[in-house]
Amino acid sequence: MPPSSIDPRGPDETLEVVVVDYDAGNLRSVRRALEHAGARAIVSDDPRAVSAARAVVLPGVGAASETMEKLRQRRLVEPLLDVIASGRPFLGVCMGMQALFDFSEEGGSHPCLGVLPGRVVRFETDAPVPHMGWNTLDVVSSHPLLAGIESGAHVYFVHSYYPVPGEAAMVVAETEYGGRFASVVARDNVMATQFHPEKSGRTGLAIYANFVTLARARTGAAAGPAPR
Amino acid sequence: MLTKRIIPCFDVDGGRVVKGVSFVDLRDAGDPVALARAYDAGGADELVFLDITASHEGRESTYQMIAETADQVFIPLTVGGGVRTPGDMRRMLEHGADKVGVNTAAVERPALIEEGARRFGSQCIVVSIDAKQIPSAGGGPRWRVYTHGGRRETERDAIEWAREATERGAGELLVTSMDSDGHQSGYDLELLRQVAEVVEVPVIASGGAGEPEHLYLALTEGGAHAVLAASIFHFGHYDISTLKRYLADRGVAVRPAADGAPVAETEVPDARP
Repeated sequence: MPPSSIDPRGPDETLEVVVVDYDAGNLRSVRRALEHAGARAIVSDDPRAVSAARAVVLPGVGAASETMEKLRQRRLVEPLLDVIASGRPFLGVCMGMQALFDFSEEGGSHPCLGVLPGRVVRFETDAPVPHMGWNTLDVVSSHPLLAGIESGAHVYFVHSYYPVPGEAAMVVAETEYGGRFASVVARDNVMATQFHPEKSGRTGLAIYANFVTLARARTGAAAGPAPR
Repeated sequence: MLTKRIIPCFDVDGGRVVKGVSFVDLRDAGDPVALARAYDAGGADELVFLDITASHEGRESTYQMIAETADQVFIPLTVGGGVRTPGDMRRMLEHGADKVGVNTAAVERPALIEEGARRFGSQCIVVSIDAKQIPSAGGGPRWRVYTHGGRRETERDAIEWAREATERGAGELLVTSMDSDGHQSGYDLELLRQVAEVVEVPVIASGGAGEPEHLYLALTEGGAHAVLAASIFHFGHYDISTLKRYLADRGVAVRPAADGAPVAETEVPDARP
């Protein structure tokens, strides 16, 4: 870490967010988007770092079974569940969203983290799969993660499967692609987007900024970097 | 609703953009980061860098360029040119590319597509097809696949190759008509239509854009999901917001150009990779 004197905000005001590294690509953009939002992003696959995190982003691309396998191999499942159970702010992105549900039908039926009730299913549509490109959000319930973002905002998607939440109450935004699906969900401290905010231009950066603001507020006095 | 994408393409050599642009007023038109930021602000939906660097040293600066661009531009970034192995793909992805374009190496060794798709996911493997129409004895037009930047003819039929590439795991196809490329007289709509008919993945049209109508036709009659263009921007006739307004007025769903930056000009510490 650089000396605190360089950072005009001082280290105590900089929220440290752990970005979970399980060899799923795209981490650089997630880190930069968090930094853009004023947080300090730590990319790590160390279970202890995840356990000690003030706030966590679980990014991801790829297949559900592989994702769960990699999380298990790296002994990250327990730390992730601990972070979530303890009420610390948690953001799942794309595969990191799907991994939160009970199970995924990708390549059979694979149990996932089971943090949120519901399953992950494949698009059944004549339109091209993967669903790739900019699509719109339809905000169905107000949530601070989408503060300042209105229905009709465009965000960038790349996925072939989507979550079907077991509780309608957790759906924050929906998107239309051969039917409507939940593109943003939130329950308590757990938030997740099916699209990639780190690739969604201004709108996506606003979402990371909202997450950081929210995380700062929730972690209160403990918002500074963990003591070392 | 899923929108159609407009994707500017830059040729880069040794980390510098070699096909300049004039619609943006930049002090250094060869600076890829400045260009990428300008296009992002202008409403580009994605960016494609085609690396034409020959030397090994030059390729190192390409990686550096990818990293610097990805650090400042928060829209999808595809990099192609000279990708021969999964190791090449990995390096590009690690430096911040979201997708990797493969062309010659995939034609020579199609298993490369499977290897890339398995290791990194289909979503980041873009197979680029350079197609040239060949005389056919009745039965409609046919196209042959060319490699090595269009210099070498192969035995492959372009439509067949499109089908095979997606079966092997390509997440997107970038289809360039060599007959139309550079002429600014329109995309090869028949080629696009035939490719779009045989594959389920998105098709990016390339080669021939000179007028807004050409983009419109590729996205409607051609069945393309995205249009790649270089000259239409590089020669400064149209900017992206004009093109998007044109398309929107004709009923094509596009992401409004105003949705692009201005992203706040926050200086982030630790700008180096």
